[in-house]
Amino acid sequence: MTMVAETISTNGERASETPLLAVQDLRIEFRGKAETIVAVPKLSFEVKPGESFGLVGESGCGKSTTAMAIMGYLGATGVVAGGSIRFEGEELVNAPAHKLRAIRGRRIAMVYQDPMSALNPVKTIGAQLAEVPMLHLGASRVEALDRAAAMLKDVRLPDAGDMLKRYPHQLSGGQQQRVVIAMALLGRPSLLLLDEPTTGLDVTVESAVIDLIGELRRRYGTSLLFISHNLGLIAESCDRVGIMYSGELVEEAPTRELFGRPRHPYTQGLIDCIPDIGQGKHSRTLAAIPGHIPLPSERPRGCLFGPRCAGFRAGLCDRPGMSLEPVGERHVVRCVRWPELEVARRELPPLSGESAAPAAAITVSDITKFYHLGYQKTLKANEAVSFEAGKAEIVALVGESGCGKSTLARIVTGLDRATSGEIRMAGENIAAIEASARPKPLLQSIQMVFQNPDSTLNPSHSAGFSIRRSLKKFGIRKGKAAIDQRMRELLEMVRLSPDFAARRPSQLSGGQKQRIAIARAFASDPSLIVADEPVSALDVSVQAAVVTLLLDIQKTRHATMLFISHDLALVRHVADKVVVMYLGKVMEKGTVEEIFGGATHPYTEALISAIRSTKPEGAERKRVTLTGDTPSPVDVPRGCRFASRCHRKLGSICDREPPPIRRMSATHEIACHIPVEALETPRHQDEARDRS
Amino acid sequence: MAIFVAKRLAMMMLTMVAASFLVFAVCEFTPGSVARKSLGPFATQEQVDFLTKKLKADDPLLVRYGRWAGVLLGIIPDPLQDPSTGLNFKDPRGAQYFGNFGYSTLNKLPVNDVIWSRLGNTAILAGLAFLLIVPLSIVFGILSGLKEGGVLDRLLSVICITFTSIPEFASGVFLVTLFVILWPVLPGTSPLDSEGGWSVPSQLVLPVAVLVIYDFGYVARMIRVSMIGVMEKPYIRTAVLKGMSTRQVVIGHALRNAMIAPFTVLLLQINFLISGVVVTELVFAYPGFGRLLLDASLFGDIATIEAATLITVAIAVTTQFVGDLGYMLLDPRIRLR
Amino acid sequence: MSALVEQRAMEATAVKATGRARLKWARILRSPTAMVGLFLVGFWVVAAILAPVLPLYSPTEQDVMALADPTPSAAHWLGVDILGRDELSRLIFGARTVLVVAPLSVAVAMIVGITLGMIAGCYGGWIDAVISRLSDIILAFPVLVLYVILIANIGPSIINIVIATTIASAPGIGRITRGLVLGLKEQEYIAAARLRAESTLYIMLVELLPNCRGMLIVDACLRIGYTIITIGILGFLGLGLPPPNPDWGGMVKESTTVLNVWPLMSVLPSIAIVSLVLGFNLLADGLREAWKP
Repeated sequence: MTMVAETISTNGERASETPLLAVQDLRIEFRGKAETIVAVPKLSFEVKPGESFGLVGESGCGKSTTAMAIMGYLGATGVVAGGSIRFEGEELVNAPAHKLRAIRGRRIAMVYQDPMSALNPVKTIGAQLAEVPMLHLGASRVEALDRAAAMLKDVRLPDAGDMLKRYPHQLSGGQQQRVVIAMALLGRPSLLLLDEPTTGLDVTVESAVIDLIGELRRRYGTSLLFISHNLGLIAESCDRVGIMYSGELVEEAPTRELFGRPRHPYTQGLIDCIPDIGQGKHSRTLAAIPGHIPLPSERPRGCLFGPRCAGFRAGLCDRPGMSLEPVGERHVVRCVRWPELEVARRELPPLSGESAAPAAAITVSDITKFYHLGYQKTLKANEAVSFEAGKAEIVALVGESGCGKSTLARIVTGLDRATSGEIRMAGENIAAIEASARPKPLLQSIQMVFQNPDSTLNPSHSAGFSIRRSLKKFGIRKGKAAIDQRMRELLEMVRLSPDFAARRPSQLSGGQKQRIAIARAFASDPSLIVADEPVSALDVSVQAAVVTLLLDIQKTRHATMLFISHDLALVRHVADKVVVMYLGKVMEKGTVEEIFGGATHPYTEALISAIRSTKPEGAERKRVTLTGDTPSPVDVPRGCRFASRCHRKLGSICDREPPPIRRMSATHEIACHIPVEALETPRHQDEARDRS
Repeated sequence: MAIFVAKRLAMMMLTMVAASFLVFAVCEFTPGSVARKSLGPFATQEQVDFLTKKLKADDPLLVRYGRWAGVLLGIIPDPLQDPSTGLNFKDPRGAQYFGNFGYSTLNKLPVNDVIWSRLGNTAILAGLAFLLIVPLSIVFGILSGLKEGGVLDRLLSVICITFTSIPEFASGVFLVTLFVILWPVLPGTSPLDSEGGWSVPSQLVLPVAVLVIYDFGYVARMIRVSMIGVMEKPYIRTAVLKGMSTRQVVIGHALRNAMIAPFTVLLLQINFLISGVVVTELVFAYPGFGRLLLDASLFGDIATIEAATLITVAIAVTTQFVGDLGYMLLDPRIRLR
Repeated sequence: MSALVEQRAMEATAVKATGRARLKWARILRSPTAMVGLFLVGFWVVAAILAPVLPLYSPTEQDVMALADPTPSAAHWLGVDILGRDELSRLIFGARTVLVVAPLSVAVAMIVGITLGMIAGCYGGWIDAVISRLSDIILAFPVLVLYVILIANIGPSIINIVIATTIASAPGIGRITRGLVLGLKEQEYIAAARLRAESTLYIMLVELLPNCRGMLIVDACLRIGYTIITIGILGFLGLGLPPPNPDWGGMVKESTTVLNVWPLMSVLPSIAIVSLVLGFNLLADGLREAWKP
């Protein structure tokens, strides 16, 4: 590690503080059989004692790889090819195995993305937790278990003694993540690496976990390296933030400074393309960053963000060897044009609002779907769900996992059959007709955009295959030439060049695959589009582009859309009407203004409150933290479905009786025992009571 | 749990009925052969016709199968033991009892007199082989699965694949050539008596080796695949990043998970060994169950074939059942559901 | 994005970046195991094809003079068998038999097994239950016992070996196919196909089958190897193809009587079988490595 360090200009200012972790000119390579991929070309950053440092970036930017390099765990092919990682003054790169073992779990611990898979399925929680004190603190088994139990109390898991005897699969996702956090803290580490610790958890659970991490950090004085793609989370949990793009740090600053005055065009783009919960559909369009993240093997010369940047200047931005330049106190940015670009920051034009009450295109009434799981076990996926969508309207179905929104989507499209209830479309009840029994015109009129870009296209066929097939099957065009012509038009519609049709899905990025899926859905000229979490698997910078595209096409085609999402901010931006679901039942429905206005269902209130904003002032909003987890849909509460977690529960009536429907207005309904007047004055103050 | 066991037992009965009927149908598709086989090649056609009539061997297949099942369950006496047939077949247990497999036309003895001692001999052979296959395959599988694509993995993989490509008769030929002919340290036949001057244990070495060679590589490959999968799991990373050494990780976290999937495969080898013994016993003239089955099949001794079929299927279904139970013990996710 | 996923993605790009443009089949060229396997199989295939034009003795022609010393000589490179027939010629002509019968049997078994597995996986319900239970019954049977009983009763011939292989292998193939189909059935592209009114047959053949291809080809390779062993065993048990067809298993059986004197006569056909089976097994292993997703 004899490289001459490129001095970072900000180093001088904080020479007085010795960093806890200092990463200097780190270069990480993956050496495959055929080729070497440089995951991280040259990365430098520091984490100071007691500090919380956030590393933000999209998939493939190298942030998690960096975390693994710190832990000395890069797999069989990963190599640290240069630079240094110093932890408390000790060099970790090429450190001997015994030294690494002494540091891992003891002085640096880690919390992982998917807690279920991070825990060994065949060992009890107690056995897995006790390993840490036994390994590092010389504790006996009994002592170790005592410590584990105490730590489980600290992460607020109920009944610690019983929890120790359980297996991971008997815990909910939120509980599992608390166990992983407890495991990390048992060694009393001075640095905690959090690798997307809440991705995959429901928003209300995520909220509680983040609060817990913040609290534990204060109590134990642990430094954090917080890795996430979620800007909102980082904004709230970190003191300082580094933005990574394609393996490089492009900007670094204290949190407030960074989100208040972002200097790098990529940072600005990232912030702009996140829908803001504070603003509604017609306030502005989502700013999408064009293009996609370059593959490590296809990095451009000079500024890596150059090809996607509106301010790109040839001859200036494509010169190699760009360095981080200081722009203010402890604020550095890797952009040669930042002073000019700052002035040029765009104001986003508002969307022209238009609203009329159109005729109903689809009416869903009392849809119920039960799955019989065997002896006296019934999964209640949907129960008495009703709503309607007007022509060219966008109705959003919102809720966390297990709320039944996707089941409903499958019933509408005919991939599944309702147990009872009606779905009327053009006068016909389609609730019980499966796709195979639906007449062609009906199939043609309802199409779907799916969630997972990796499974939406058949890997054995070209990208254009299913579009072509749809055109042919529904007789939209006749003859090979006409079909090909139409397919090219559809590809253009989703802003892809026609030669994409011949590519294999494995050669496309997630965003490109989702575009193809949208083109396929619109190929049959449907009047209703069901979009089931169409962008949730995509990177944020790509999300905005795909949503905008979907909305554009929906608008020009006058198609009705059922937009299914767990992301309230996105829904607020997209939808005309919102249906909030919880455990198979509708909690609240109304226009987007009504849902995000004042009077809401306590669950909606909790959902909205769980959204973390990058706006510094957003942090001052009152927070509702829900306790516990969503009950199983097999064993639903008897009264109000939400009663077990509600922060505004009135009393036993909520457990006993299903709530009445409160009509707030002609379009706004809330299913709650709380009287109308009380609903109109949400009492955020109550939150303290519920944080047991 | 009770439901699970009951279901399994029902399935076992059904499998045995179906298998025995299928075997019966295949062997006895052409009626009348029982008489000829009982009387031997030197009997006159008249004698054969008489016996055929006596045994009602011209009845439809289903009726004959029913009669065979009746004899087995002890509902009706064995028609072959009827003194009026003049065959003089006598079972000391009597003509009618539960578990009466009938009279072997090949050995001219009750099947029950022959089959159990042969099964015992085979159990020794297969049992020894199994005792070697389990640890060998686990060691090979775990070691090569530890680091996929590494030098050790490649080496062990090539050994395993090569060994699974050697059928029992070929390895029999190789081993006999090496250790009996070129370097005579072991006997080439295993009659299980010491008349040839070789001790009984020394007679077991080559047959066991033949079975182990063909089988352990396959199981080791299965364990390897499972181990590779486990080593890629995030919980292994969790364990490593807790600060555990490779040995602690493998023993404490990987081993049990890696054995869950291959456990049933391992038990299925008992089933597989039964196939293997047919050839091995022929090569080494070993007086076992496999050779009995082979001889019976070649001769068309339906009573012995049926008995052997029922026994093998019973063993197979039992191992499957034990496999499922072990699976539940190893994997708490199944156990506690 | 979790570190493991990211790491995988990186590793995958490292492999993909060069492999992407090339054909899937070309990937096996980089697998040494697959190449050795391909060489062994290729050797026997070429020898079998060229057998009639090679300057060989007839495999059934007896050279009584050579019986005096049946070991290798200038006239008979690998010696002669107990009836004085040229060993080399019999080995090469034996390859012809086995290389026709084994792939043919496996092909028929694959067709039957894939069909059953597809049907069971796609339709589910009682159809699946019936197919699966029947498969379980056959799979509970030790395979070789099944072969012995079948062949001993219906007689050894190519057709009968094909029938026996189909009965013995189709349930296993069906089970693999069913498992693959169950995994693929929930993929979103299948839902998309259902939403454009595709028939179940179309979904099976066009949407599902191509995605099962890799696994099934690997399985077929293994099964060919196993069937070669089985044919060898049947020959060894005296249930092989009727003479004078040269049959490797039968050659071993004939010469075991003189194993003490002339071991080479038994060892050579044994080596032939092992090399061919090893070839298919290595090929299967290499393909599995090369096509790993």
